[in-house]
Amino acid sequence: MAAEDLPSQFDVVILGTGLTESVIAAACSRVGQSVLHLDRRNYYAGNWASFTFNGLLSWIEQYKNQQEVPITELEQVWRSLIDEGEDAVPLSALDSSISNLEVFCYASEEEEKEEEMKTPLSSFQPVNAETVSEEANGDSTEAHDTVTGDDTTASDAKTPNEEHEVSEPKEDQHTSDISEPSQSQEEKESQLSSSPADPTVEVQKKITYQKLVKEGRRFNIDLVSKLMYSRGALVDLLIKSNVSRYAEFKNIGRILTYRNGKVEQVPCSRADVFASKQLTVVEKRMLMKFLTFCLDFEQHPEEYQDYTEKPFREFLKNKKLTENLQHFILHSIAMVTQHTLTEEGLKATQHFLRCLGRYGNTPFLFPLYGLGEIPQCFCRMCAVFGGIYCLRHSVECLVVDKVSNKVKAVIDTRGQRISCSHFVVEDSYIRDEQRQSTAYRQISRAVLITDRSVLPSESDQQISMVTIPPLESSAPAVRMVELCSSSMTCMPGTYLVHLTCSSSGKAQEDLAPVISQLFHVSTIPGEEPSEGAEERSKPAVLWVMYFNMRDTSALDSSSYSLPSNVHVCTGPDDSLCSDYSIKLAESVFHHILPDEEFCPPAPNPEDIIYDGDGPQAKGPGFDESTNTEADKSLAEEEGATHEKSPSTENSEPAEMDSVTQQAPLDMTPASEE
Amino acid sequence: MHGRVKVKSTAQQEEEKRKEREKKLKAFVSARDAVLRKRSAGEHDEEALQLTQQLLSSNPDFATLWNYRREVLLQLETSREKDEVQKLYESELHFIEACLKVNPKSYGCWHHRSWVNTRLPQPDWTRELGLCDRCLSLDERNFHCWDYRRVVVKESGVSVEQELQFTDRLIGSNFSNYSSWHYRSTLLPQLHPQPAPDSIHSHRVCEEQLLKEYELAHNAFFTDPNDQSAWFYYRWLLGREEMISCVYVSRERERVSVAFSKPVHSEGLMLVLDGQPQQVEWRSTHPRLRHSPVWLCDLPPGSVSDISNEHNLTVHWTEKYTHRDCALYTGCAESWCRDSATDQELFRSELSVEKSSVLQAELQSCNQLLELEPQNKWCLLTIILLMRALDPLGHEKETLAHFQTLKVRKYYHYLNERYSGSRK
Repeated sequence: MAAEDLPSQFDVVILGTGLTESVIAAACSRVGQSVLHLDRRNYYAGNWASFTFNGLLSWIEQYKNQQEVPITELEQVWRSLIDEGEDAVPLSALDSSISNLEVFCYASEEEEKEEEMKTPLSSFQPVNAETVSEEANGDSTEAHDTVTGDDTTASDAKTPNEEHEVSEPKEDQHTSDISEPSQSQEEKESQLSSSPADPTVEVQKKITYQKLVKEGRRFNIDLVSKLMYSRGALVDLLIKSNVSRYAEFKNIGRILTYRNGKVEQVPCSRADVFASKQLTVVEKRMLMKFLTFCLDFEQHPEEYQDYTEKPFREFLKNKKLTENLQHFILHSIAMVTQHTLTEEGLKATQHFLRCLGRYGNTPFLFPLYGLGEIPQCFCRMCAVFGGIYCLRHSVECLVVDKVSNKVKAVIDTRGQRISCSHFVVEDSYIRDEQRQSTAYRQISRAVLITDRSVLPSESDQQISMVTIPPLESSAPAVRMVELCSSSMTCMPGTYLVHLTCSSSGKAQEDLAPVISQLFHVSTIPGEEPSEGAEERSKPAVLWVMYFNMRDTSALDSSSYSLPSNVHVCTGPDDSLCSDYSIKLAESVFHHILPDEEFCPPAPNPEDIIYDGDGPQAKGPGFDESTNTEADKSLAEEEGATHEKSPSTENSEPAEMDSVTQQAPLDMTPASEE
Repeated sequence: MHGRVKVKSTAQQEEEKRKEREKKLKAFVSARDAVLRKRSAGEHDEEALQLTQQLLSSNPDFATLWNYRREVLLQLETSREKDEVQKLYESELHFIEACLKVNPKSYGCWHHRSWVNTRLPQPDWTRELGLCDRCLSLDERNFHCWDYRRVVVKESGVSVEQELQFTDRLIGSNFSNYSSWHYRSTLLPQLHPQPAPDSIHSHRVCEEQLLKEYELAHNAFFTDPNDQSAWFYYRWLLGREEMISCVYVSRERERVSVAFSKPVHSEGLMLVLDGQPQQVEWRSTHPRLRHSPVWLCDLPPGSVSDISNEHNLTVHWTEKYTHRDCALYTGCAESWCRDSATDQELFRSELSVEKSSVLQAELQSCNQLLELEPQNKWCLLTIILLMRALDPLGHEKETLAHFQTLKVRKYYHYLNERYSGSRK
């Protein structure tokens, strides 16, 4: 593609579009810095991305084919651009943050007869599904090669940014959603997601691999699985910056746990405790009393001061809580380990409780269309304030001034020299030569498509968070998130299940034992469980992907030997929330601009003063502008976008706040009416 | 710094808002004047509907305008076909819905909605029920909506069973809700009446259901013992049937005295003497006491003074559909008729005639809670009530100890005195 040259000077050049980088981009652009935001991939959000099913298949493909690019004549080009008194620091072209990727398919590969015939889609010719499923024993490389035939990729695998167009309707709705009660929201969502085929019929039918591919666009599969604490750093930032207007959210409906071979609901809110059938009335009182204490535990140091040096687990035991309750509090509410100290456990419990009741009966929110939306929302904010975006466009090397040891420019993959005062880069672009320490941890991930919920209930449209304590003492605790189709991440009739834990080995080794406990994994594709009723009651796994993702969150600036105006953003960490990445973004921003406010509220379109007289000319819609590479979209366009959709009113952030005030904190004792 | 977006200053924004408000006020006042002029001119036309609609959609609490609208609608109704009337009132319902979004607690709106439904040739009660449910899911304590819902339920004939499930749902999502608990207390006796041995109208609930309800209340007050709503419901569950305990008539004084199982208002009392309803003035023991356990009245002079005649008296308590007869026989100077309960039972009448084993079990549950919450006043008070019902003398020490804990408040002092007085 012949592209025009980029401007030759920016305040900040940012490489990588993960959450941290995107927040920094939005924050810098918002206060008037000129920002160039690049990513070598053809999709947004890096390891935070979410993919359609077919998009994921091509991502797997890319992973398999990735290899070190030999130093080419390009190096000659950039070498020639380095002046005297300058050093070149080359960046890595290889992303090694993902490893041990394996895919297994258990869905039947039979063709769907009638439907297939009616709608012959060229890209869905019996694309080698059988090859995948045969590969159930390990060497799956070949299978992937065949699954993502070229035509599939071309016609169906959309990059997440293209997906913006597909998901257009949500833009019109999002204003009200966050403030509405979850029930009506669910209804709306189920309307949104209802497939042309009757969903009730669909449930009855066996879901074939064909079907998954055909309905692939209904999936939004995140590489990172996280939830948003309703009073966490990310939600606060979304509200404060007005970026929340670009996304909509769904409450997590329930918290589950796996215990004594059974999935149980964790009573965490006042309503849950009241309705719980598994707790005795005395347990109800003990639980409520303990949780009320945790809400302001700092006020009662006498209660826990003897335990500050001891594990939280022992403190719980000392409080004479029953085993039931100890399990719930330790694993599902505080979500800490056996060894966590008392104070940390109390803080975690307190945070959980403070998040209750802000938007629903659990502390968590999940962005519709997947977590991958969030970095894109910040990119959008950056673009609205003049940031320039280029995908499939990277930086070859940094130009460092020998005297000051600062980066003064970068040379991009098209051989253009672009000067900048700060350079922000995602960790995976750094070569090993620039590293002082390579002591990273790993995250084990599994992504499953299943045919029913691990705990069916009245509503089949609930997002569930499941905590799974270590099956053996040496194993890590596993966190599982089960997404329903109304979260816009999977097709109706299926559930998308994410498992995450800190690695002790390969992802498959870490997670397969848990999966086989909770799900039915057939030996022959499409086969019904023949064993006892117990096995039949478990949800069946249709498709599963394992991989390890590098967790660089333990690294800091001393881990790299880089100039002082290069800021490295480590990737996603293994925790449930994104607070770590948001705090990192804020600290990088303050390094770059110590005197500026971090993400102040974006003004409402009607409050913006334009230089020209009269109403501004209507520019192209926003979606076009972000999707075109290297297109500059100005604040005026934002104005135009808003005129198009009247629902995006200025009242929106206020609404989000007003919800906060209305919803009573669920755990506080009710005041007398 | 370059490249910043220029934003209007707050002063500028304020000024713009102020002007906007002024403009709105002007428009509102002139429209209001026009409407009021039209009304005094007696014009009842489409234009009036439009004008009032404009005003009411910005201020739905303007009662005069709703009244005017009703006049106009009644006028328009006379000149229209039935299906046109239907359309007219249906669009009225849509309009009210929009007004309710402006103010969900507008008296005028809700009242007008009830009225429209009475005028509608074919009211759609299902839709109205849906509206109430939506409204209550946004604010479960909107009593305007609760009131309106009662009308809708009555008209649409929703089954009592469904309504009980409705309260299940509301209580499940938040049990701090008097409206739901109270509604439940009116539904239960209809759905699970106590099999009544005698023909007297029963307002009690059968025992099997009662046990389930006790459990529900336990769940609520063990979860949050400081929430009163469940305790009040529990108290209602434990409460005995309300009745007329005694009727006394004196020939010489020409006076009737009536005693009740609990303080009542005199409004629902009616006296029938020898088949003739009597106009009498009920007096309580103190003129300022509006609810009293004892009410007196003087009979018309000469009505019972003839000692040689027999008279039959009946006191009706219409509120509870109950009554008590009393016969004044020939030659008797006075007569009374009272509940068969013994004196001791009457003192315990705070609680029902449920099997004492059930009450014993309830006392145990409450004691269990008291162990966890030794200071909880609701729990203490309930325990005192239960102990007094079961065995006032046997539990005397404990009762007094609990009063010590409670005595901070005047009300408990009063109760304390009353209860210790009853020992004598």
